[in-house]
Amino acid sequence: MSDGGHLLEVEDLHVSFDTDDGVVKAVDGVSFTVEPGRTLGIVGESGSGKSVANMTILGLTRADDANVSGRILFEGNDLAALDDEGLQGTRGNEIAMIFQDPLTSLHPFYKVGAQMTEAIQAHGDASDDEARERSIELLKLVGIPDAERRFGEYPHEFSGGMRQRVMIAMALTNDPKLLIADEPTTALDVTIQAQILRLIERLQAELGMAVIMITHDLGVIAEVADDVLVMYGGRVVEQGTRDEIFYDPQHPYTWGLLGSLTRTDRPRRSGRLAQIAGQPPSLIAPPDGCHFRPRCPHEFDKCPQVPGLEARSGTRDHLDRCWLTADQKRTLRVVDDGEIGLEEPAA
Amino acid sequence: MLRYIIRRVLWGVALLVIVSAVVFVLFYVIPTADPAKLRAGRTANPQLVEQIRQQLHLDDPIYVQFANYMEGVFLHGDFGESYVSQADVKDTIFERLPATALLVVGSVVLWLLIALPVGIISAVRRRSLMDRTTMVTSLAFISAPVFWLGLVALYLFADDVGLIQIFPGQGAYLTAETFPAKCWAMVLPWVVLAAATAAIYARYLRSSMIDTMAEDYIRTARAKGLPEQKVVMKHALRSAITPIVTLLGLDIGLLLAGNAILTESVFNIPGIGFLIVRSIDRSDLPMIQGVVLFGAFFIVICNLIVDILYAYLDPRVRYQ
Repeated sequence: MSDGGHLLEVEDLHVSFDTDDGVVKAVDGVSFTVEPGRTLGIVGESGSGKSVANMTILGLTRADDANVSGRILFEGNDLAALDDEGLQGTRGNEIAMIFQDPLTSLHPFYKVGAQMTEAIQAHGDASDDEARERSIELLKLVGIPDAERRFGEYPHEFSGGMRQRVMIAMALTNDPKLLIADEPTTALDVTIQAQILRLIERLQAELGMAVIMITHDLGVIAEVADDVLVMYGGRVVEQGTRDEIFYDPQHPYTWGLLGSLTRTDRPRRSGRLAQIAGQPPSLIAPPDGCHFRPRCPHEFDKCPQVPGLEARSGTRDHLDRCWLTADQKRTLRVVDDGEIGLEEPAA
Repeated sequence: MLRYIIRRVLWGVALLVIVSAVVFVLFYVIPTADPAKLRAGRTANPQLVEQIRQQLHLDDPIYVQFANYMEGVFLHGDFGESYVSQADVKDTIFERLPATALLVVGSVVLWLLIALPVGIISAVRRRSLMDRTTMVTSLAFISAPVFWLGLVALYLFADDVGLIQIFPGQGAYLTAETFPAKCWAMVLPWVVLAAATAAIYARYLRSSMIDTMAEDYIRTARAKGLPEQKVVMKHALRSAITPIVTLLGLDIGLLLAGNAILTESVFNIPGIGFLIVRSIDRSDLPMIQGVVLFGAFFIVICNLIVDILYAYLDPRVRYQ
C-alpha cells in the first residue's frame, strides 16, 4: 500500500503485559492501515490481540504493567507517543469507540442524556441546551423512538439493542473520522445484531467516517468489511480485501474459520459443525515460528521459522504468513465436500 | 416509596419490642444481683427488701412487668426510673447523649476526611510508595485496640501526663464549660476513635475503587475523552462510594448506641457507653432497658436512612 493519504497507519505495534506468570505478548508486531470512509474488518478468536491492538490506538491499555511500542499514526500524528492528556483531544472526538457489552459500558448511575452531553462538552464549549439538543438529535439519528423522553432515562431502562444504539449515538457526538467498533453485536440477540450492523453501515455512508469492525464472526465481516485482517496469537496472519479473504484465502487458519461457518444454504455433508482442533496459543510462551503450527494439519519443516507477512498469492496487497506455496494452498484448502476448510486431523 | 418507609417504620417498632423482650428475659434468666437488695443497702432487714421489691413491682410476674414497661414506653414515652438513683431513665439518657453525639459526629467527620482521600489516591496510584505506606499504616491502626491507642495518645499528647503536652487529657470533657472547650477536649478521643475506622474505610474504599476502575463504563468514560480527574472523581467514585454509605450508616448507629464505650472509658467521657456499663454493674434494669432501646432505635433509624439514601445513589434500586 502506498504512503500518504491513510487516515490511520499502525506500524509494528507491540503490546505486552507483565503478569505474575510472565510477559503476555498480546500484540506482536501488528501493522495495518485504515483509509478514509472505508471499513476494516479485524477477525480473530479471543486472545488474538484484536481488541488490545485497537484499545491501544486510543491509549486505553495503559495500565502500569503494559508495554507499548510501535507507531500509531492518525492523520500523521503519532498517538503512541502521546500521554493520556495528549490523547484526550482525540478520544471521543476524532476517534470514537464502542464496545462489546452495552450494559456494562454505560454508567449505571447516570442518565443516558447526561452521559451523552458530557461527551459533547468534553470537546468544545457547547452550552447545556446545545448539548442536549445535539444528543436528542443523535438519539433520533440512531433510531431511538421518543428520544426526548429517553434522554432522561437510565441505562437499565433500555433494552440491549437500544443501549448499543445509545453507545453509537454517544460515539458520534463529535463527528469522529474513525469509529472503532469492538464486537458491537456480540452481546446482542441475533435479530438485533443485523439492525445494529445496518445502522453502523448507514451512519458510515451518511457521515463518511471510517470504521474498524472487530469481530470473531466472519458473517459480520462478510456484511460490512471492505478490507480484512485475520489475526491469530497476536499477529496478523492474513490481510486482503473481503473478496480475497473469502474466495482466495491463503492461510490455513482462515480456511479453518471459513470452514467453521454455519451455512444454511449449503449444509455440511457430515452434518456436524466443523471446528479447528486444539487450543489458541499461550501468549506467554507461544510456539516458535508460526503460531498456528500446533493446530495446523499442513505443518512441514519450514514452519518453526516465523513466516513474514508477504504477498504470496500473486496479488500485491493480499498478504499472508504461511510458508506453503500458492499452488499447494489452492489444493490443500479444499476439503472433502468441495468447500474451503481445514482438514481435520485423523482421529 | 412512602409505603416502603411506613412498612419499615412499623418493622422498626416491632424490632424494638422484641429487643426489649430479649433484654427482659436475659435479665431474669441470667442471675444477677437482686436489685431490691442492692437498693436496700448492706445492712437492710428482710422487711425493707420486701418493701422495696413491692415498690419496684419486682414481685409481679415477668410478663406483667414487661407489659407495664411496654405500655409506659410506647403509650406514655415513660422509660421508668433507675433502681439505683431513682433518676428518670429518659432524662439520664438525654443528659448523656450530647457527649456521645459530639464524640461520634466529630470522629465520623475526621475519619471520612482521612479515609476518602487516602482510599482514592491509593486506588489510583496502586502499588506506589504512598499506597503501600498508607495500607501498612492502616493495617497497624486496625490491629491496635482502641483502649491501647487511647492510652498511647494520652501518654504522648495529654496536657497533664503526656510527653508533648498539647491536647486536653483524660476527664477534660467533664470540666469543659463552653462548646469550643468541649470540642477541644474531644480532640484526642476523636482521633483515637477515628483512627481504626478511618483505616478500615480507606482500605474498603481502595478496594471498591480498584474494582470500579476496572469496569467497562470507566473505559467508556476514558474513550469519550474525559480528563482522568473527572473519570476518577465522577465516574469511579460515584460507584465506589455507594457501599461506603451503607457501612457509614451502620457505624454511626452502632456508635450512638453505645459502641464508643472504650473511647469513653479511656477518656472519662460521660456518654451512653459509659452509662450502660455502670448500669449493668449495678443491675439497674430500667436504665439498661432504656439504653438498649435507644441504641436499637438509632440503629433502626440509621439503617432506614441508608436504605432511602441508597435509592437516590443507585437508580436501579427502587423500593416497592
